[in-house]
Amino acid sequence: MSQENGKETFIQVRNLKKHFPIMRGVFRRQVGAVKAVDGVSFDIYKGETLGLVGESGCGKSTTGRSILQLLTPTEGEVLFDGRDLTKLGQSELRKSRRHMQMIFQDPYASLNPRMTVGNIIGEPLEIHNIGDAKSRKDRVKELLKIVGLNPYFINRYPHEFSGGQRQRIGVARALATNPDFIVADEPISALDVSIQAQVVNLLDDLKDDLGLTYLFIAHDLSMIRYISDRVAVMYLGKIVELSDKDTVFDHSLHPYTQALLSAIPIPDPEKEEKRQRLILEGGVPSPANPPSGCNFHPRCSYATDICSQTDPEFRNLGTDSRPHFVACHHAEQFK
Amino acid sequence: MTHLLEVRDLVTKFYTEQGVVNAVNGISYTLDEGESIAIVGESGSGKSVGVLSIMGLIPSPPGRVDSGEALFNGRNLIGLSHDELRHIRGREMAMVFQDPMTSLNPVLTVGYQLTEALKLHLGMDDNQAKKRAAEMLELVGIPNPVKRLDDYPHQFSGGQRQRVMIAMALSCNPSLLIADEPTTALDVTIQAQIVELVKQLQEKLGMAIIWITHDLALVAGMVDKVAVMYAGYIVEQAPVHDLYKRPLHPYTLGLLHSMPKLDAKEQTRLASIDGLPPDLRQNFNYCPFAPRCPYAIDKCKQENPALMAAGPNRVSACWRWEDLREETGFGVNA
Ligand SMILES: Nc1ncnc2c1ncn2[C@@H]1O[C@H](COP(=O)(O)OP(=O)(O)OP(=O)(O)O)[C@@H](O)[C@H]1O
Ligand SMILES: Nc1ncnc2c1ncn2[C@@H]1O[C@H](COP(=O)(O)OP(=O)(O)O)[C@@H](O)[C@H]1O
Ligand code: SF4
Ligand code: SF4
Ligand SMILES: [Mg+2]
Ligand SMILES: [Mg+2]
Repeated sequence: MSQENGKETFIQVRNLKKHFPIMRGVFRRQVGAVKAVDGVSFDIYKGETLGLVGESGCGKSTTGRSILQLLTPTEGEVLFDGRDLTKLGQSELRKSRRHMQMIFQDPYASLNPRMTVGNIIGEPLEIHNIGDAKSRKDRVKELLKIVGLNPYFINRYPHEFSGGQRQRIGVARALATNPDFIVADEPISALDVSIQAQVVNLLDDLKDDLGLTYLFIAHDLSMIRYISDRVAVMYLGKIVELSDKDTVFDHSLHPYTQALLSAIPIPDPEKEEKRQRLILEGGVPSPANPPSGCNFHPRCSYATDICSQTDPEFRNLGTDSRPHFVACHHAEQFK
Repeated sequence: MTHLLEVRDLVTKFYTEQGVVNAVNGISYTLDEGESIAIVGESGSGKSVGVLSIMGLIPSPPGRVDSGEALFNGRNLIGLSHDELRHIRGREMAMVFQDPMTSLNPVLTVGYQLTEALKLHLGMDDNQAKKRAAEMLELVGIPNPVKRLDDYPHQFSGGQRQRVMIAMALSCNPSLLIADEPTTALDVTIQAQIVELVKQLQEKLGMAIIWITHDLALVAGMVDKVAVMYAGYIVEQAPVHDLYKRPLHPYTLGLLHSMPKLDAKEQTRLASIDGLPPDLRQNFNYCPFAPRCPYAIDKCKQENPALMAAGPNRVSACWRWEDLREETGFGVNA
């Protein structure tokens, strides 16, 4: 899985797990664990946008944060430029952080209301001791311009801005240290429809101009198809399907992906009327107590005996040059 | 012909310390029995205030319905007393909100909340009400309905709570269901379940529906007609097929173009709508969309267009709707 199509592997995630302990009683004994991320492995190529989709609570944000070491993984490796981030000491980790940043979902909650826009955007520069006061200020102004805001806003506070503008501030802050890799966790979900396209176009342009690599988390599948090069589909702590976006959207081999695709509303009454929908029953089970075998089996209309007994392997059913990873016992039948 | 609901020139304002917010600026639409309309627009465009006004649920102060009528079965709801409205609400018209927890009482069982309404509105006794409540839960697809009547709202998942809300709304067989973004907080998969459920229930029970949403895609397959709101105005209204095939207002067109096409292989750059929605503390003596409109001409900055007939059963509040119609290749799906 290291060198495909001459694409350069940038980040390798290997068997990554993040379990949150469940504590009970006066002695805070651990009585179980929320298996938010339960053994995921994938590569991120240099310069690509890898989309990560799945229902709420299936572990997308936890995956993103664990890769950036904002959460300490329970198990597994994250190789970034050949170094395992999970093994780095504090100071080394801090140094590598300037190369990896995060953009958050909620442009209201993620900006400190008592800091000026200039201080918010410049903070990462201070943390990493980059430049002096003057050069930082220049850099902040430059960043404001890059994200399409007037440098004149530098002394204003977040509440003076709209949601879309705040998200631009969040993007400027993430770009401050000149990172190579950005985890964008639902960066447009909280924005109005007419503003979403503005922010998506901005992120797309920045990627080209600055040579960025994105892990783009979203639940809007049309947007994921639009922005991503490859797409990973997550269910209950695991990645169930991963391939280039057209393969995932047009030739999915996993029943969960197929159900997700079938749930997307299409803005065309004629198509909607003709459409045969595959409606998924029930909701996502608790990751504290995931179903046995293939954890999708209680909701899967193709499930057979083996599905409740054996966890399906995440295997490549595509070619070496166009891999298509799927975790389903019966994936062949969807070809 | 009398309509089930006829809203005429509804004007609702909020008199706040920061100024007068013109939340709804004279909206009009009709709805016949069993018909469904979607009210679409971005946040703050006046969708919720518009329907809360007809249900008598505008917080007052600071809010006030300043003028207009809402004829429900021929009777004007605006100005009715709280008691009269309470009787109509829940019985003849019912509402489902975005966040079910705001309308479900967390300390009462779901069964209690369901049966209360049945006893109040339909005069059922305990046993009848319980039986009906269980039937309603079954109807909306909650497994083990009899047992679940004893559960509290937090023991249901988000999607199930929304189902419970729908069960509650429909329990007295209303002729009008108002759904205010009932799926916005839910996953696409659960959203699809709820949409499918409401479609089936409408076929079975025949109620009229007002479905409020910010998502034009969501309602394409489920309503008869669509009203698009911007800055407190309905700026376009049309039968569902016509609206998506040939939008006759630049805002509708912009919304449709800013959504990525799921089935398009080669993605072209998203056409975003520049700028921001306007502050509603002003009187629009110009087209409220003009500052963001790529089609704006001088006239747009001098005079606010009223809705104009723009074809069979459709209206547009745009000076240039005819130009839009003429422009070739304009239709989104054409
Ligand atoms: N700090 C924590 N302690 C305990 N459980 C947690 C914690 N953070 C997340 N979880 C649980 O881990 C699971 C995955 O959460 P995560 O936030 O990664 O989901 P997500 O896929 O990002 O969902 P969403 O689409 O709602 O953002 C959920 O069941 C969540 O409740
Ligand atoms: N209680 C209130 N006090 C003051 N302004 C309000 C109140 N409720 C709504 N508004 C204002 O009315 C306008 C329309 O709001 P609303 O109908 O809730 O929008 P939508 O449902 O389309 O998102 C907005 O500008 C909003 O800020
Ligand atoms: S392994 Fe079985 S249960 Fe899991 S997705 Fe495949 S068919 Fe369904
Ligand atoms: S009236 Fe003018 S500004 Fe308003 S939508 Fe039409 S063209 Fe645009
Ligand atoms: Mg998340
Ligand atoms: Mg609303």
